[in-house]
Amino acid sequence: MTRHFMEGSKVVAEAIFLCKPDVVSAYPITPQTHIVETLAQLIADGRIKSKFLEVESEFTAISSVAGAVAAGSRTFTATCSQGLALMHEVLFAIAGMRLPVVMVVANRALSAPINIWNDQQDSISERDSGWIQLYVETAQEAVDTVIQAYKIAEDRRVLLPVMVCMDGFILTHTIEPVNVPDDVDVNKFLPKYKPTHALLDSTIPMTLGPFAYPEPYFKLRKELSLAIDNSKKNIEEINEEFGEKFKRKYGNGLIEEYRNDKKIAIVSMGSVCGTIRCVIDSREDTGLVKIRCYRPFPKQDLVNALKEKETVIVIEKNISLGLGSGSVLSEIRDVLYNLKEKPKVVGAVVGLGGTDVRSKDINALIDKSKTMEDGEVEWFI
Amino acid sequence: MEPGGAIKKAGSSKEIKTGSWRTFRPIVTDRCKGCGICVQFCPEGCIKVDKGKVEIDYDYCKGCLICVNECPTKSMESKREEK
Repeated sequence: MTRHFMEGSKVVAEAIFLCKPDVVSAYPITPQTHIVETLAQLIADGRIKSKFLEVESEFTAISSVAGAVAAGSRTFTATCSQGLALMHEVLFAIAGMRLPVVMVVANRALSAPINIWNDQQDSISERDSGWIQLYVETAQEAVDTVIQAYKIAEDRRVLLPVMVCMDGFILTHTIEPVNVPDDVDVNKFLPKYKPTHALLDSTIPMTLGPFAYPEPYFKLRKELSLAIDNSKKNIEEINEEFGEKFKRKYGNGLIEEYRNDKKIAIVSMGSVCGTIRCVIDSREDTGLVKIRCYRPFPKQDLVNALKEKETVIVIEKNISLGLGSGSVLSEIRDVLYNLKEKPKVVGAVVGLGGTDVRSKDINALIDKSKTMEDGEVEWFI
Repeated sequence: MEPGGAIKKAGSSKEIKTGSWRTFRPIVTDRCKGCGICVQFCPEGCIKVDKGKVEIDYDYCKGCLICVNECPTKSMESKREEK
């Protein structure tokens, strides 16, 4: 293990390099650019024998990755915002064909108005696509999660694509001391990908993504739904195994609790959890439940972590237009619905388009939550 | 089923008899010279010429009538399917 003082994007590229993808295909978009730029450099320098496809759009990037993984390769791509929106159609196809693609999303706001800064609207809008979504808090977690992501995706019991979501600029463009695992250790943790249900071999001809009549279609969608639900235990297992080998793990892999023995709990995802930790360190009344794995949604873990609270505050960087709140608020209220004594759940929409989320705002929100009504939403603007 | 509905058996589309989709049935008349132009144009590959005689596989013919349109000797006719 070596300790680097490096920009988030560059150190994530180093982690991808350790996973040795056969094919990397990506189209540059701020703030993802430095990740693929660094990978392109590593490949051009001959440090890895990957094929880098220079494509003309995100649609082609994800389509060529789909083709490469269907032919039996380990693949990588990265994007965000409009680029992820352009990939929308193929995301569903990849999950439906159960292809283990790993993609980093450098979370960025969606147009209009055009904005290059961070919020999580882009990936949250793709929550129903069948991709596993892991949200990271730090560059260190991004590095570790990317390595875990390949192991989760390629697990025979899972076979699903994984999106590793890291906040644009806040994590991609800041410099952080990060432990990068050694090549030999990663090779042991993540052996070479051996495809079975998707490979290009003329002696075993096969069809992927065929036409299906209504009943087999419905059956396969149900199987996909069960597969992503069942992947929770594999995500937990792989987080544990990673923890044993590399001495770092993230909660139980699905959620991470911090000082969660108080009457109030904040639920959030991504880098803003760092700010929240800092705020609650100075208070006696509030704990943190970080959602690391947003899809599959860890319902039971969240019930266990939140059932004894008086107040739950959901702080999120997305807005479901027409619902009047973020998506996570309604999902948290859903999982707590069956409790006999329900906590009061309030929401906050924060940081859209890269607006700063300040510790004084979080402090004020915790104070205000005491008088807020159940379901009420506060906007940090 | 395989994960994601992958099909590991070659030629499984033969199991789906698409002939039932047909509204118009192409019919070869005795004016046919057996030139085989229709074989080249059939998008479903369900026409063959055997010893100068054109045969249509009605199990798979969807009735697009491209063969009727392309026939240089106007030897093919179409008839509405009665169901």
